[in-house]
Formats: sequence, C-alpha cells, structure tokens
Amino acid sequence: MHFIDPHIHMVSRTTDDYEALAAAGVKAIIEPAFWQGQPRTQIGSFQDYFSSLVGFERFRASQFGIHHYCTIGLNSKEANNEALAEQVIDLMPLYLTKEGVVAVGEIGYDDMTPTEEKFFRIQLELAKDVDLPILIHTPHRNKKVGTYRSMDVIEEHGIAPSRVIIDHNNEETCKEVLDRGYWCAFTIYPKTKMGNERMVDIVKQFGSDRVIVDSSADWGVSDALAVPKTANLMLQRGIAPTDIELVCYRNALTAYAQSGQFNESDWLNTAPVDQRLLFEGNSVLRGGQTPRVEETAEQGIIR
Amino acid sequence: MPASICSPHDIATLLERWLTARLEPAALAWLDEKLQAVAAGDKKTLFLSFGLTARKVGKNDLKLNSDDLAAASTLRPGWNPRFWTVDQAARVLFVLKFPATEAEPFVAVLDQLFAAGEVHELVALYQGLPLYPHQSALQLRCAEGQRTNIPAVFKAIAHHNPFPSEQLNEDQWNQLVLKCLFIGIALDPIFGIDDRANARLAKMLTDFAHERWAAKRQVSPELWRCVGPFADDAMLNDLEHVLKTGTEPERQAATLALESCPAPRAAQLINTSGLNPYHLSWSIIAAAST
Repeated sequence: MHFIDPHIHMVSRTTDDYEALAAAGVKAIIEPAFWQGQPRTQIGSFQDYFSSLVGFERFRASQFGIHHYCTIGLNSKEANNEALAEQVIDLMPLYLTKEGVVAVGEIGYDDMTPTEEKFFRIQLELAKDVDLPILIHTPHRNKKVGTYRSMDVIEEHGIAPSRVIIDHNNEETCKEVLDRGYWCAFTIYPKTKMGNERMVDIVKQFGSDRVIVDSSADWGVSDALAVPKTANLMLQRGIAPTDIELVCYRNALTAYAQSGQFNESDWLNTAPVDQRLLFEGNSVLRGGQTPRVEETAEQGIIR
Repeated sequence: MPASICSPHDIATLLERWLTARLEPAALAWLDEKLQAVAAGDKKTLFLSFGLTARKVGKNDLKLNSDDLAAASTLRPGWNPRFWTVDQAARVLFVLKFPATEAEPFVAVLDQLFAAGEVHELVALYQGLPLYPHQSALQLRCAEGQRTNIPAVFKAIAHHNPFPSEQLNEDQWNQLVLKCLFIGIALDPIFGIDDRANARLAKMLTDFAHERWAAKRQVSPELWRCVGPFADDAMLNDLEHVLKTGTEPERQAATLALESCPAPRAAQLINTSGLNPYHLSWSIIAAAST
C-alpha cells in the first residue's frame, strides 16, 4: 500500500527516517513550516528556513525516492513577536507561489492572544490571494475552544471548509470539525496528541470520510513511521483496506491537490518530468531492507 | 568575455522567439503581460512570476534543433541550451528583461532571486549565468553556487556553461573541476576544460588519485585529462602505473593524457601502451565511465 504523511518536519529527522519511510511505502510527504523548538529572533532565520523547505530538504528527500512538498506560513507561537511577524508576512509572497508549496500553514492559535489572531487573519487573506488550501494547527492547551474559534474565524473570512485541513484533532474536537465540513487530521504522536489504538477507534466510530492521519514527527520524541504503523494496526483490527487507503493516502491527496501542486502522477509516473532534476542520478533504496512497520505487534503501537 | 559579444537584448529576443513557437496562447499571453511589467522594473511581479513560471508555461523540453543551437552559440559563444526546458528559458528571460543599467542594483535583485530559489529555480538561474549583463559582477555568485550539495544545481554551473571558464580565478576553477570528480559527475561537458588546465590543478588531481588508491576506491579515467599537459616525472609515473594496471577506459585515458604531455618520456610510454591515441576521445571515455 502507498502512504502519504501530510505532516512531518523532516529538517529535524535523519536519513535513517527517510530510508524507513521509503521502505514502508511512503511516497510523498508534506513538511509544514513551523516552530523549530526555539523562537527565531531574526528575519533571516525564517528566510533560510523557508529556502531549505523548498530547496535542500526537497533534494534530501528525493535521494530516497520520496517526493517532498511543503506549506509556508508563520506559526502561531512566533506570531507573538509582532515586529518580526510583520517581516515574515512580507517575506511569504516570495515563497507561496513556488513549486511544491501546497498550502498556507501551519497557522492558527497557540495561546489564543490577540496578536496570534491578527496574523492568523492576515494569512487567511494571503491564502485567498494565492488560491492555496490552508493547514490549521489547533492549540495543545484549551484545544476545544481554540479549534472551534479557528473555524469561526475561517468562516468569517468566507473561506470554504473544503479548502481547510484542521490538524491535531482528538475525540473531543473531531465531530464538530467533520460536521462543519472540514478535513479532519489526526496526529499520531506519542504521549501528547493521539495514539494509534485510539485512532483505530475513531475511524471505527466516525468512518473515513475527510479523515487524515499524519505523524507531525519533529525534533521531539515522535515517530516518523506513525502513518504506516497506524495503517498496519487498522488492518490488524479489521478496518477495511479501502478505508485505510482513504485516511492514510487518498484524503490527503485530494485535500492538498486543490493547490494544483500535489499530483499523484508525480510519484506514480516512473520518469516524471517534474522531478527529473531531483531524481536524476540519485541513489534510491536498495532492495532487501526490512520495513520497520512489520516489526512485532507491540512495537507497532504508539501510545 | 568582452561584454560587447553578448547582448542580453538579443538573447532575450531569441528566447522569446523560441517560447512563442512552443507555448499555448494562454501561457504566452501570461508571459507577455508579466514580461512587460518586469521590463518596466516591477520587482514584485518579477519575484511572483519567477515562482509561478513552471505552472504557467509547463516544463517541456525546448527541443532545439541544430539551427537554434547554432544561433545560440553565435549570439553567445559557448552557450549551449541543448538540454534547456521551457520554464528555464522563461525564467532566464524574466531576468534578462529586468532593467540592468547599473550593476549594483541588478545584482542585488538577482541575489534575492537566488536566496529564495527552490531547486528548479536555482538550476535555471545558474544556467543563465553566461547570459546576464555585468558578467564580472557575478563571479562570486558562481563561486557560491559551486558550494551547493545539490548535484542538479552544481551541474547547472559546471556543464555546458561558459561562465566558469571565463570568470573564475584559478583557485575557483580548480575547485570546480575537483568537485566534479569528487561527486562523480563528468568533466567532458565542462566548457573550456582543456583550455584552463594548469600545473596546480594537475597536482591537486594526482593527490586526489593517490587518496582514492589508498582507500582502494576507483579513480575516474577523466581525472587524467587535466593532468597530461602538466605532468611532471611523478605524474608520469602515475600514468605509467595506470597504463600497466588500469581498466581499459583508464588505460585509454592515460594514453590520451600522455598524448597531451610535451615531455619526451610521454611519447615513449604511449608506445608501450599498445593503444593509438588517434582512435580515442575524451567524450567516449567520459560516456563509458560516468
């Protein structure tokens, strides 16, 4: 089965992860621009970060046969540095129209401050200008209120829910998100966000329509193989393969294909025009590696 | 490279002619409109259009015929757009259309495009280096590009591009050649590869060959190409060693290298090789070894 991890921060990961992702059948990944664990203090740090997302990281992924896309945005945490945030907003148009940029994101709330909301709204308008989908980061604290408030603001700006992916949902938020017509993403991230056994139950309860699974693997204790491991667990626990394909591949494809920059032909076509520069002469995975998703059942659980 | 030989205006006209013959009407209309704004000095339109280019004009090969290629090299000696695509041509055209009366502001805008460039954009920008105005102001940009870790970007500088041989100083040139060997890309497509051979490069390359031999790694046969004309006694020993112990492409390469060496001992070594240098070529050796 092919997989897409539509939320993973590869700049923080090693080549071991890339090898494992490729071996597990992950064809494409989306790297949302986000906080890097420590606040940036200079505009140049943002520019070099954005450049690496559309440049070196994309090349690095290609060496393993993985197609790398990204979203560009000012995250809510760093939006609180107002002087710097203004400069980031000025910088964003330079990147939003680039190849492989599939959304504005991840944006939304962290502490739900007025400054966060100001830059959230500015970026919603930017997304409308460049006609890109939007990836919403919902806050870790006060999640339910923050998630609902995010949707209210999006609707105030006249943006169709079908253009928006709301991420980091849980059992408490997902019903409202789905009922209001949004793409509803779940982050399988040990300890904090969502475990994959809970994810299985959510799919059993809510079905596969507009549900998306991702890893958000980053610089913290996280699991780059969360998507294939969750798919594997779903299979073991009796979820239909067609539903697994939707939540671990097809829904992300449909949601982000709205950008015009995310096409299945990029990876299904063996010699795609789009990627020939990146894949030319690069080593891809050699045969014989054991996919880590096929380790014992206990190792495949993320709690 | 005297600036008078290369007219950015004439090159832009040629690129526009090629694109007009290849683009759909909608793409062409978009390009014309944006080019007009860029020609008027609209920086924001330059940045946005430069990013949007591929999705507006596509990425097909330009598929230039021999007349087109002849026209290119007449306008700009050494310019070889044989492998260019329509998006690359359009991106270079955007740069050429931007007002460039003064070197400093022009280079500043170019630097901004480079700084924010994604991989495909960087390839296009570096391929276009020999075509931009103010050539001598771009030498550091070229040297900076050589430091990339992305092979496609490096090749855009090193292969089929006359800029490095014209503008790089000897240190920069030598690093370019050595890095090609280091990352495993061919020397044969480097414009001016034989003209700029020098004694220090020959020494760097033979040192590199010794390192590779010590590590029991293969040495590219092409390495000897830039050693031959400056081979001293020790390097002739190396070439003799390659003739005696090398693979067939390596022996052919050693023979050709010796052919370019003025020392009398070189001619004697060729006689022992059993190979006729007149039946050999660097292009064939390069094709067989990369």
